[in-house]
Amino acid sequence: MSYISLTDADREQMLAAIGVASIDELFRDVPPGVHFERELDVPPALAEAELSRHLERLAAKNVLDGVSFLGAGMYDHYVPAVVDAVLQRGEFLTAYTPYQPELSQGVLQAIFEYQTAICELTGMDVSNASGYDGTTVTADACFVAKAETGRDRIVITEATNPQVRQVVKTYARGFGLEIVEVRHDDGITDPELVREAAAGAAAVVFQQPNFFGCLESAPELAAAALEGGALPVAHVDLLSLGVLEAPGNYGCAIAVGEGQAAGNFVSYGGPHYGFLAARESLIRRLPGRIVGETVDAAGERGYVLTLQTREQHIRREKATSNITTNQTLLALAGLVYLSLLGPQGLREIGETCMALAQYAKDALEARGLELLFPDKPTFKEFAVRVGRSGRDAIREARERGVNPGYPLGRDYPGLDDALLVAVTEKRTTDEIDKLAEALAA
Amino acid sequence: MPASESYPEELLYNAEHDWARIEGDEAVLGITWYAADSLGELVHFEPPQVGSTVEQGGSYGEVESVKAVSDLVSPLSGEVLAVNPRVADAPETVNEDPYGEGWLIRIRLTNAAERESLLDVDAYRGVVAES
Amino acid sequence: MKLIYEKSQSGRRGIEVPRPQLPVPAVPEALARARPPRLPELAEPEVLRHFTELSTRNFGVDTGFYPLGSCTMKYNPRVNERAAALPGFRDLHPLTEDDAAQGALALEWELQEILREVTGLDAVSLQPAAGSQGEFTGLLLMRAYFDDRGEGDLRRRIVIPDTAHGTNPASVTMAGYELTKVSTDARGNVDVDELRAKVDGQTAGLMLTNPSTLGLFDENIEEIREIFHGAGALMYYDGANLNAVCGISRPGDMGFDIVHINLHKTFSQPHGGGGPGGGPIAVRETLAPYLPVPVVARDGDRFRLDHDRPKSIGKVRGFSGPFGVFVRSYAFMRAWGPGLRQMSEVAVLNANYLLARLRHAYDLPFDRLCMHEFVLSARSLKRDYGITALDVAKRLMDFGFHPPTVYFPLVVPEALMIEPTETEAKETLDAFVDAMLRIAREARDEPETVRSAPHGRPVGRLDEVRAARHPVVRYGFDEHEQQAPAREPRQLEAQKGA
Repeated sequence: MSYISLTDADREQMLAAIGVASIDELFRDVPPGVHFERELDVPPALAEAELSRHLERLAAKNVLDGVSFLGAGMYDHYVPAVVDAVLQRGEFLTAYTPYQPELSQGVLQAIFEYQTAICELTGMDVSNASGYDGTTVTADACFVAKAETGRDRIVITEATNPQVRQVVKTYARGFGLEIVEVRHDDGITDPELVREAAAGAAAVVFQQPNFFGCLESAPELAAAALEGGALPVAHVDLLSLGVLEAPGNYGCAIAVGEGQAAGNFVSYGGPHYGFLAARESLIRRLPGRIVGETVDAAGERGYVLTLQTREQHIRREKATSNITTNQTLLALAGLVYLSLLGPQGLREIGETCMALAQYAKDALEARGLELLFPDKPTFKEFAVRVGRSGRDAIREARERGVNPGYPLGRDYPGLDDALLVAVTEKRTTDEIDKLAEALAA
Repeated sequence: MPASESYPEELLYNAEHDWARIEGDEAVLGITWYAADSLGELVHFEPPQVGSTVEQGGSYGEVESVKAVSDLVSPLSGEVLAVNPRVADAPETVNEDPYGEGWLIRIRLTNAAERESLLDVDAYRGVVAES
Repeated sequence: MKLIYEKSQSGRRGIEVPRPQLPVPAVPEALARARPPRLPELAEPEVLRHFTELSTRNFGVDTGFYPLGSCTMKYNPRVNERAAALPGFRDLHPLTEDDAAQGALALEWELQEILREVTGLDAVSLQPAAGSQGEFTGLLLMRAYFDDRGEGDLRRRIVIPDTAHGTNPASVTMAGYELTKVSTDARGNVDVDELRAKVDGQTAGLMLTNPSTLGLFDENIEEIREIFHGAGALMYYDGANLNAVCGISRPGDMGFDIVHINLHKTFSQPHGGGGPGGGPIAVRETLAPYLPVPVVARDGDRFRLDHDRPKSIGKVRGFSGPFGVFVRSYAFMRAWGPGLRQMSEVAVLNANYLLARLRHAYDLPFDRLCMHEFVLSARSLKRDYGITALDVAKRLMDFGFHPPTVYFPLVVPEALMIEPTETEAKETLDAFVDAMLRIAREARDEPETVRSAPHGRPVGRLDEVRAARHPVVRYGFDEHEQQAPAREPRQLEAQKGA
């Protein structure tokens, strides 16, 4: 029992102070009919050394690709060592939610700095302290739009991440929302189609860059939404915002996305953080915690959770969301990462990804492979036809130590022979040459 | 400076700690000292739209402090004629002067007989004593 | 202390980014960033110093005692951190083919098996990211279950007690249900007579935690089971208080059909200043078809993610869930083994010990043995000396403790909800008792000391009214109203008190 201090002597003294003879007596209010009598049928306890070995063996059963071009929403970007160092500070790692501000100025100020960074990147006025991931914050944005407009139809582009759409549809059932999808045409979305669909909708959700890695005509999509009286909601990649315009600067009401690329390891899908930022007028509708600045009686600047009346612990059934536990530690990782990068570094990472992705496109075309959307500008991902089943191509390439990307046929009909190739700053031209060889074979 | 406890004689009250001052076929509505004191300093007032209707016993808006939200429960039915702009800007006015400058809305009554079902100041003091 | 933006100097860099000698494709002008974002510009050492300094202004379980009721702030074992950082877990992409993720899937499977045994239920989804999400998912499962039976339009109501955590009613609204409240009786149990009158063919289900937020095991739980199942309704268990009953009483045996577990409470996932968490759900076999996709399936000694679930409610989160949280919780469970029962026993022992020693200095609303937590009231202190639960909480900080939960549950005025957990030593409990007894005396003899607390923190009580009236939620750079403190910072105080 490594984690408890209780000795026999402790137990005797404590039972005496309570006035019972045994620990069993403490459970006398549990009716016999629901009292679990046998031992739990779970694997035996492991001491730390054995536990470590067991976990190492499990981890070793996972096969990491030598070189990977797999993206589709989760990206192999470099996570600097300083991020680990900050996250392992026990005062951050083991802290509770900062409801007692005098004991939590560290976390509160960090969240305030995170909110500032998200607002700067997205061009918005207010950010919350994080949501669960990129999929759920998109659902949150739909709920905000419904509350703001009084309408219950959401328009979402087919070129938005399939898991995002799936989660939005699941949440829609609870929120009483109707979901309408707008198809993509040759890798991007036609603003005309959005304009038609937006009439009477609460929001139009689009992704920039989209799931195929293509650059949408985002300002036109936002304008089309606004013409219909719908709120434009952009689902964006934080690491693209050094080279791509901020959604708040081209008419969007809300910006959301998956923060993983900025400072988190992929970790088989989580935990990560979803970000949600909006223009000023929506502040009271936002779900999740928000940190605000204030002063104490001595005039000392400090930070507190604010506008808590939106949240479940006060507003209960009328809350903007039931969210309580969020993803603070992972958002902190994002803040540390963005602080290390700075504006110049953010620009460079965007340019490097684009340059390497272009190199990859050229290398694949040179081998006779066909890009799916050859004339569409892209960011760090693009789709390529591999001349056979995407899944077969993946299997064959992995045998050569390269994971070539995501099989688009899993989510889009007619694209069984296409792969989505992600190129981050961790990739080299040699690795890309290896990819081209593997796919051309 | 928050006001000290008081409940004016000439007002009518409901059990949810809202008051009404009847002026001919109109009424001015607000919340009592007890309500304001329980909430603490108000930070936000969410009013109804001018021109909308309110029902006796129904919610016509909300007030918020840092730690709580409270529905405003209308003592009488009517059409909203005005919303107090001063409270919208400075909600703490309600704590300072709940029955004067801290009035919330003015309505035109649609059912004057409803006043019979309201509490007078003594009956309301009884409600406060039990709260 | 300065904000990181106030330490920023143009031209400084934290890390370098690879710059291959390749042409950069142009971004179409209409889409290109016009002005760079104002992210901080600092060198790496200064970045680390900034966050290190921030951390010293924060309290964690590593720092000291955190008796927050219903939060289960237990020790977060460090071997779990090492495990989660193993490259085989940390660097595994969630869309990796199943054959390359056998270790991850085996871990998820084994975690599910342990949760099945602890809850006494049949099928598990690890997908929900937190207890709240588990609640929302569970309610969607109820809707799917009743819709499938043609009763969806009929059963619109969820019953919750007045002691419920705020997430419960919020989840009910999010799932499109209506709320019916039931009161708590003088023993601290759900009022069964009132319940009987409120449950009928229009009830979809109950949301309850047992033990309740009062820290009391509901003595009538079997009768409650008869009432709901008798009406054809379902029972949802909020697992926030599971730390009291692991291996002692199983929610499935109590009658609950859907259970969420808080991995960041019972199973030691660190709270991280607000998150991450994990809120997996366990369900009875009849509800299994509706679980979110994907589901972990087993074929002999191989595992895979099964996406072919036609009756599934869909997806509530990306991928299979917050995997890094699973690693830590699984490691914790494997460290205890069947000894999870002792974990709960010691949690309940510690709580009863504190209760026995504090019950005469504060008001005790319910005179019963408690489970893993208990509720006191500062009502008499307020009446006699004008000292509130909030004042007690702030004064505890001066003694090096994080306060307990205050003003919850709502049914107890001036509530102090105290949960020590099993990982606290008797000396810590005794020191906490001493502080609480001293504060009760101070309330009588020198109330101003209590009212003006805390005294040794980087800030005193903060003006929350101003923060709400005039929200400043990001740094305004040149227009920022409250510039950095001009004078020298105070000496950093020790985290722990006497």
